[in-house]
Amino acid sequence: MAKRRKLFERVVEGLLVLCGSISIFTTLGIIAVLGVESVLFFRQVSLYQLLLDSQWTPLFLEKHFGIWPLLAGTVLTSAIALALSVPAGLIIAIYVSEFAHERSRAMLKPVLELLAGIPTIVYGYFALLVITPALQKIFPEMGSFNALSAGIAMGIMILPMMASLSEDAIYTVPRSLREGAYALGASKLQMIFGAVLPGAVGGITAAIILSAARAVGETMIVAIAAGQQPLLHFNPLQPVETMTAYIVQVSMGDTPHGTLEYHTLFAVAMMLFLLTMGLNLISLRIRERFQRMYR
Amino acid sequence: MRASSLPEVTATQVADQSIVKARSSRPALAQPWSELVFVLLARTIIVSALCILVVLVGSIIVDGAARLTWSFLTSFPSRKAENAGILAAWTGSLWLLVLTVVFALPVGVGAAVYLEEYAEKGRFARLVELCIANLAGVPSVIYGLLGLQVFVRALYFERSVLSGALTLSLLVLPIIIMASREALRTVPKGYREGALALGATRWQTTYSQVLPAALPGIATGCILAFSRAIGETAPLVTLGALTYVARVPDSLFAAFTALPIQAFNWLSRPQPEFHMNAAAAITVLLVLMLALNVVAIVLRTRFQKRQR
Repeated sequence: MAKRRKLFERVVEGLLVLCGSISIFTTLGIIAVLGVESVLFFRQVSLYQLLLDSQWTPLFLEKHFGIWPLLAGTVLTSAIALALSVPAGLIIAIYVSEFAHERSRAMLKPVLELLAGIPTIVYGYFALLVITPALQKIFPEMGSFNALSAGIAMGIMILPMMASLSEDAIYTVPRSLREGAYALGASKLQMIFGAVLPGAVGGITAAIILSAARAVGETMIVAIAAGQQPLLHFNPLQPVETMTAYIVQVSMGDTPHGTLEYHTLFAVAMMLFLLTMGLNLISLRIRERFQRMYR
Repeated sequence: MRASSLPEVTATQVADQSIVKARSSRPALAQPWSELVFVLLARTIIVSALCILVVLVGSIIVDGAARLTWSFLTSFPSRKAENAGILAAWTGSLWLLVLTVVFALPVGVGAAVYLEEYAEKGRFARLVELCIANLAGVPSVIYGLLGLQVFVRALYFERSVLSGALTLSLLVLPIIIMASREALRTVPKGYREGALALGATRWQTTYSQVLPAALPGIATGCILAFSRAIGETAPLVTLGALTYVARVPDSLFAAFTALPIQAFNWLSRPQPEFHMNAAAAITVLLVLMLALNVVAIVLRTRFQKRQR
């Protein structure tokens, strides 16, 4: 009897280990899938072409494989999103943690969570059918697909995450730092900008980088509202194509398996994966160091 | 005296009130104008964010309301906007939801139990944790490509509900694991020590003591994760699910469409009539997600009350 129970315990433990290792398999699976197809891509296209060509036209007859247009589109929309969400998110975080009453704080947190749970297709709809028509009244030359409204919608989408993460960082700063600043005769704002924010800078940096990773990987908003023309420019009123939007564009068409077009899908995804993973790892490292600082 | 006659007033509430009093009795001079400007700015941002939320949801409901009829819910997509419906889409979304719960819930909770209750602090546990943290940040399109190569091609599941649900399961797994770990961590150590002291094995302790105590927390986190799963569009689009489907999925291997994909499909057409259809489909999606969120919030408040 005791033997059987022992066996049962081992089996259960084995199953639990298996559950845990699925995350390892998933990671390896992603790397393998992207890696294999990227190798097939680089057999036909050199890294040299990828980095030195200024056009991206793998779906045309005359093919060019310069990554810069896609990269520029990604950077432009993400930069617009961050320019909106970082200052606004920081101000909300400071207000919530230093000024708001406990009751309004308890109300704001679920609202932020609710905002963060809205599916991205909703923001895409908003960008295409609300933000763009509104902006066209200000900039009549703006096209119906453009980087600006996609970036704004993305900024609104990231705002809850940015605010929530920076609020956590500000909350981590110990009370003694605030009291020390007050004891030196600082006003409340001097205390916040002179003691609390410098103290929370690590956590806030981690929050910004994580938001950037989220913006780079965001797909539906840019696929719906930013257009699908890989043009190399930094004009927010013009259409752009991001790396994610390119993946969606190719997936929507009927690209035969095994062709060069099909491989480009994974080569672009590989670059996207490396970019977001790099940002995530940096953010994780900074946050760990930041949390250790106040332990 | 008053506090004793109202037993539900807690110590923190009393403290809150005294803070409010102290704030309101503070002389106006103590708050310099720069501080007032900052507070005003912050409040403006918060209020405009809330207004955007209202406009966001409001504009979609207003646009879609005219199309939200019974026949819209019971018709298949059509070339004519006014005849098109979302029967295939909402049944597909329900299939995906149920299957994702079936796949992701046991595995996610199992992984969390392993990391919290079983794992020694070693290399393997550290590797698992690193992978989970990493996967949580991987863009959802990439999960779609993983599903395309592994489930659709390598395992020959084709573009079926099964492939879709498996892909979404992998996507929400990190969220479920992190939420469940958090819930397991709130269970007091005494529960485990008590059970172990009575001679229970580790699994008996976990199954009969720790998991029931953590269940409401786990359920809340998981419901939020699943509500995110049914709102996901990008991984299903890369999976190749953006096709014309005019039937209710009747098996694991049936072709499918889902509410967000159908909305995306309509949204990418130029005619405004189809945009109205998209708005109506999104409204149905939002109602579904709201229902899930309400359940999660009710569970959480119940749980918090009981813990006190």
